[in-house]
Amino acid sequence: MNHSESSIPPEVLARSSAKQAVEVRNASVVYQTADAPVHALADIDLDIAEGEFVALIGPSGCGKTTLMRVIADLEKISAGTVRVNGVSPHEARLARAYGYVFQAPALFPWRTVLANVTLPLQIQGRSKTESQAIALEQLARVGLTGFEAKYPWQLSGGMQQRVSIARALSFEPRILMMDEPFGALDEITRDRLNEQLQQLWARERRTVVFVTHSIAEAVYLATRIVVMSPRPGRIVKVIESTLPNERHLGLRDTPEFVALAHAVREALADGHHD
Amino acid sequence: MGTMTERALKSLKERLAAGFPVAVMLGVVLAAWYAGAWALNAPGAIERVLPPDGAWTWQDLLQATMAMQRPVLPAPHQVALDFWSSLVDWPLDSPRNLLFHVAVTAESTLWGFVMGTLLGLVLSVCIVHSRTLNRALLPWIVASQTVPVLAIAPIVLVILGSLGFSGVAPKAVIAMYLCFFPVTVAMVQGLRSPQVIETEMMHTYAASKWQALWLLRLPAALPFLFPALRVGIAAGLVGAMVAELPTGAVAGLGARLLTGSYYGNTVQIWSALVMSALLGLTLTSVVALIERVVLRHRSQP
Repeated sequence: MNHSESSIPPEVLARSSAKQAVEVRNASVVYQTADAPVHALADIDLDIAEGEFVALIGPSGCGKTTLMRVIADLEKISAGTVRVNGVSPHEARLARAYGYVFQAPALFPWRTVLANVTLPLQIQGRSKTESQAIALEQLARVGLTGFEAKYPWQLSGGMQQRVSIARALSFEPRILMMDEPFGALDEITRDRLNEQLQQLWARERRTVVFVTHSIAEAVYLATRIVVMSPRPGRIVKVIESTLPNERHLGLRDTPEFVALAHAVREALADGHHD
Repeated sequence: MGTMTERALKSLKERLAAGFPVAVMLGVVLAAWYAGAWALNAPGAIERVLPPDGAWTWQDLLQATMAMQRPVLPAPHQVALDFWSSLVDWPLDSPRNLLFHVAVTAESTLWGFVMGTLLGLVLSVCIVHSRTLNRALLPWIVASQTVPVLAIAPIVLVILGSLGFSGVAPKAVIAMYLCFFPVTVAMVQGLRSPQVIETEMMHTYAASKWQALWLLRLPAALPFLFPALRVGIAAGLVGAMVAELPTGAVAGLGARLLTGSYYGNTVQIWSALVMSALLGLTLTSVVALIERVVLRHRSQP
């Protein structure tokens, strides 16, 4: 999807008048390898308004994680521009604009659950008592009250990932970025965490960028689904969710949900045949 | 109550079962030692102790080999007696008391250990944070260990002596020379052990280099550091003892070994040897104990 300024659809123009959390313009990422340059991302245009829950979905190698890493200043773009909260990704990172949840919980084994959640606050130089009060509150929000003195190995995989979400939210960033956060968990745990994450978003309306390769997860969580395709990494379709903001797992059996999932699947297949 | 005694009994049985192979091995070593003492001391005993006319039985020979003044290989009980008498028959400040020598050697070992550990930590942090220093320092650090400590020791003693340093300082420097290497190598590995995801996470929090070092790299390196400290403190003991040899030092386990060999007092050499082994064991055990306390939360029991 490589459109010029004139071909931007009206609803996108309308959204750009709202406060933008992320603006990506003609962004490309090219890796120089031994034999040929690899286009991880080619001419990406994407706007994410504040308060949106955007899911990036696509097969392996479509650049969905690369796109998020570009927004998070973990990867440099080869061409184009990226703005996060109106500034460059680098400045946004230094201003602690976002919390990032990785595929693995990445908890420090030498720190208790509480000390893991206070880590970002400690780095920001907040006082110990303040940090601990905030961390306890964050742990309560992810349903882990009573586990603060435990060590990471004493927790299940799902609980560990909830700790890492509490950690990412501890300093109240305006944007939450999640890179397949529940990919390594079993389906039952994953469903429960999806439900909790959706409720968290509905309560707080924090901007969320969520990378996944699960259609059901993307449709259940997102207000907008960005479908991507590999070689070169590009956006093939952007699907607006018609689901209400208040959601529950039972929604997944409704015709509306099934129709959205179908649309995503079609878009993925289209991208594959291009 | 009944289950408690049962459990205690069971744990006692387990301990005994674990100790059994060690006890058997100890028995074998002692038997071999006695046999060796007999075989090695027999020619000397026949020549010097027993009547030259050949009027002795094999019991006389056995007795003589086990109680010689300057045996080639002293029997275990001779060493044990000498060891014990040095501890109880002399005051602590007497050079005839082994603990006096232990204190002298332990002092330079510990100073060398502390200095070597600090040097190793500083070097490893420099190496990990600078590619230039990595290339410039690492080959020299490795090369430093190919020079035998016996060759280094006199040079260090002469140079430090000319600068007015004597006593503990030169010995500690030589102990440090052996100590810093394992610490440096292990810490370079340990400081580099955090996974990409962990360093990227610190990056997203906009953590400074020093925060990443203090909050991530150093704690992650601790499981690498402690085995190196155990090796380092044992190496430091070797360094401290070697340093006592060319100084002509009158105190320290190394000096004790040297005077023992001057006067052909093999029993004294062996007691000093046993004492230095015990000192080494104690030092490494202390480090291992600290390791267990510091890393107690790290892994599943």
